[in-house]
Formats: sequence, C-alpha cells, structure tokens
Amino acid sequence: MSEHTVSAYDEELTEMAGKVAEMGGLAEKAFADAVSALVSRDLELAKTTIAQDERLDTLHQEVEAKLIEMIARRQPMGQDLREITAATRIANDLERVGDLAKNVAKRAIAIDNSLGSKKLAIGVEHMTELALNQLKQVLDAYTRKDPEAAKRVQEADAEVDAIYTSLFRELLTYMMEDPRVITQCVHLLFCAKNIERIGDHATNIAENVFYMVTGDRLPEERTKLDETTSVS
Amino acid sequence: MNEMPNIEQAIKMTDSKISANKVQVYYGDNQAIKDVDIEIQPRSVTAFIGPSGCGKSTFLRTINRMNDTIDICRVEGSIKIDGEDIYDPKVDPVQLRAKVGMVFQKPNPFPKSIYDNIAYGPRIHGLAKNKSELDDIVSSSLQKAGLWEEVKNRLDEPGTGMSGGQQQRLCIARAIAVSPEVILMDEPCSALDPIATAKVEELIDELRENYTIVIVTHSMQQAARVSQRTAFFHLGILVEEGPTQDIFTNPKDKRTQDYITGRFG
Repeated sequence: MSEHTVSAYDEELTEMAGKVAEMGGLAEKAFADAVSALVSRDLELAKTTIAQDERLDTLHQEVEAKLIEMIARRQPMGQDLREITAATRIANDLERVGDLAKNVAKRAIAIDNSLGSKKLAIGVEHMTELALNQLKQVLDAYTRKDPEAAKRVQEADAEVDAIYTSLFRELLTYMMEDPRVITQCVHLLFCAKNIERIGDHATNIAENVFYMVTGDRLPEERTKLDETTSVS
Repeated sequence: MNEMPNIEQAIKMTDSKISANKVQVYYGDNQAIKDVDIEIQPRSVTAFIGPSGCGKSTFLRTINRMNDTIDICRVEGSIKIDGEDIYDPKVDPVQLRAKVGMVFQKPNPFPKSIYDNIAYGPRIHGLAKNKSELDDIVSSSLQKAGLWEEVKNRLDEPGTGMSGGQQQRLCIARAIAVSPEVILMDEPCSALDPIATAKVEELIDELRENYTIVIVTHSMQQAARVSQRTAFFHLGILVEEGPTQDIFTNPKDKRTQDYITGRFG
C-alpha cells in the first residue's frame, strides 16, 4: 500500500504493528515455556515464566495507549481503521494468552511430582504442540497480512478442541482409577483448558487478521469439537 | 448512523429522488465531469467527497442548474428529479431552484432584516396570501432551522449582524422557506467553528426527515457523521458510491481507499 501524505502516520502504524508482533513473540514464548516447565518439572523455568508476564502486560498497556492516541489524532478510515481495530483486539487476545500461560506455569509449580505426573502430562504436551503451532501461524498471518493463512488457522482449531475432549476423558478415567491422582489431574485439566483457550484466542486473532485485510468477516462454518460440556 | 440497517432497507424500497445519467459537464473545452451516473435517495443525506477540483461542486451545481449562470459551461446527459428532466427547455430554472434550494460555503444573508431574509423567497414566489401567512412561514422556517429561540425577539435586526453559525442556519432557514424538496449544500460548515458546525450537522440530521439533502464536504469526518450514502469523485469521475459505513470502513476502489486514508500523492 502506498504511503500516507503525513509520513508520521506511517511510522505510527509500523510501530504499532511492530509492538503487537513483539507481544505475539512474548506470548508464544511464555506459552511454550510454561508447558515445558510443566512437562519437565522445571520449577525455575516456571518461575521465570510467571515473572515475564509483567513485560507482556506493560507492552499491552503501551500498545493500547498508542492505539487510542492514534484514533484521537488521526481519525483513521478504511484500511487504517481496520488495522487499528484489529490491532486493539489482537493485543487483547495476546495479553490473555500470556495470562493463561502464566496460569499453566503456576500449576506446574503446584503439581505434586511424586506420583509420576510426567506420564499424564504427555497428552497436554501434544495438545500444546498443536495450539502453539496455531499461534505461530496466526502471528505470521498477521505480519504478512495473509487472509488465507488466517483462514487455515481458524479451520484447524477444531483439532485442538478434539484433543482437548479426548484428554478430558482420559484424565477422568485416571481419576476414577486412582483417587490419589485427583489433585494432579484437576491441575492438568485446568492446564488443558487453558491451552484450549489459547487455541480459541489464536482463532480470534485469525478472524481479526482476515477482517483487517479483506474488510469481510470469516464465515463461521467451523464445527465445534470441544464436546466436554456434554461428557457425562 | 446507529439505525443504518433500517434506513438502508427503507431506502431500497423507495424510488430515487434524483437520477443522473451519463452527465458530462464542460467549461469551454475542458471536461469537468465525465459520465456520471448516480441515483440519489429521497429523505436522506448524500455526501460528495473528493479532492479539490474533482468535480463534486460542479456536479452539485448541475442539480439546480446553477451552472446555467456560467456562460462557457455546458451540461450533457440527463438529470431527473422525480422522473422529470430538469434540463428540459420547458423547465423554468427559477422554479427549479425553489424546489432545489442551495446553501453555500460562506453564509450569504441578504443585507436585510432577519425577517426579510426569510420572507424574500416566499414573497417573490407568491407563497403567502397575507401578512399573517408570511409570519407563519418565517417563524416555522426559523423553527425548522433551530434558530427561532435565538432570534424571535430580534427579527428586525440585520441578518448580517448574527454570528457566522447563526448566519449559516439563517441561510438554511431561507432555503427552507420556499418549501424545497431538495437542499444542496456546498461545504456549508467550512467557515464555521466546531460548535456552530455541530449545530448545522444536527440540523441536517433533522432536516433529512423531510428533505433530500446533498452535501459537498472536504471533511471526511463530516461526511461520515451526517450522511447515509457517500459518493467519491476524482478527476471528474464518480469513482465509487455506496452506504457511508462501507465507504469509510471497506471501500472497494483503491482510489477511494487512498483518499479516505490520506494517501493521495
């Protein structure tokens, strides 16, 4: 796209997109580290991950202030308006991803190690790979302004939901077999839920990227595979 | 703007008030307007936007044949109001301009009293049978223009003694006084401060219940605020026309996109 007559406007838009991308990088790392801390029982990593979330929050506040300032000063229209609106929403999603990752890291510390939780955590690890990939893909789509890539992310969310449902059943079975693992399993269940929600945030971001680039809404035809609400 | 979907629906069900077909305007050898087709909906506000010299004002002035007053100006194509060709030789331009009123960039009240500014048009068009009917037209026009409370005790004072914003609303009241169906506004707020502008915009919003309004504006924010439909002109061509919210959030043409986002080099 050609440049604005007022060049400072271009710089602001670039700076804004850069900060959102930076938030994306931090959220991605927090998520990967939190699960890695959970699976490999790395308490130090869990603690640093928790501490790092502050950086993401600060950045979120900066992005938000910048976006409000741009709306006030530039009165954005058309493509610019969509980019600024999308950035606002994406920044919110990424901040939430950071919070969810932080929660996983806290649970990594809380989970009692004595009962071989590593075996149980493997399912979570697999789910993480998928969700993390979703997050990576969607952040790429944002940077490249690629609506097709965004669409693929939206479609792939069903897979994360499906794994979550099967993990839910698996953890229920463990708890029924051995009540001593209930505490662990409940923690893991919450971790799994957090990861599933990170997947949802990736989907939200995908929808915003699609809208930002095309001006149209992504059709909401994907099938919901999170069936845990009907598991009895 | 909040009730857009309903308005949009309502508009679709009615016929257009003004219908322009293949309109060309020349100033001597220069073509200022090329092949403009547009349907303007009744009882709504249509904004014309575009860079200086794009032809938006020229096109606006074809709607009440103001261009007739310019010798070298020539208009081709057809412009119909309620299905009637306004360039038909049988049409009296003076009668046409009573039906299609106009408000200009700079408020231009007559050097007369506030009362006479409003009464002038109804008098020459013979719209009032007696003094009391004329009084009624004056007061109701000023009321419709939201000016009555401010001026009712000083109708004898000169219109030129009012503030700029009041003068502009006086000009709108003057246009209303001859019971027009269409009101054309050529940058009506560019000489006004933000508060006076807001009052005129509020007035425009009220007037669209009864009139078809076409406004030329350099302020895109103003177009976004007051209009239901927006038309973007560039180099004498009507590039894109559509519901205002679409033009400002998701324009289809790159030229529109570049203009509204401030990218025109």
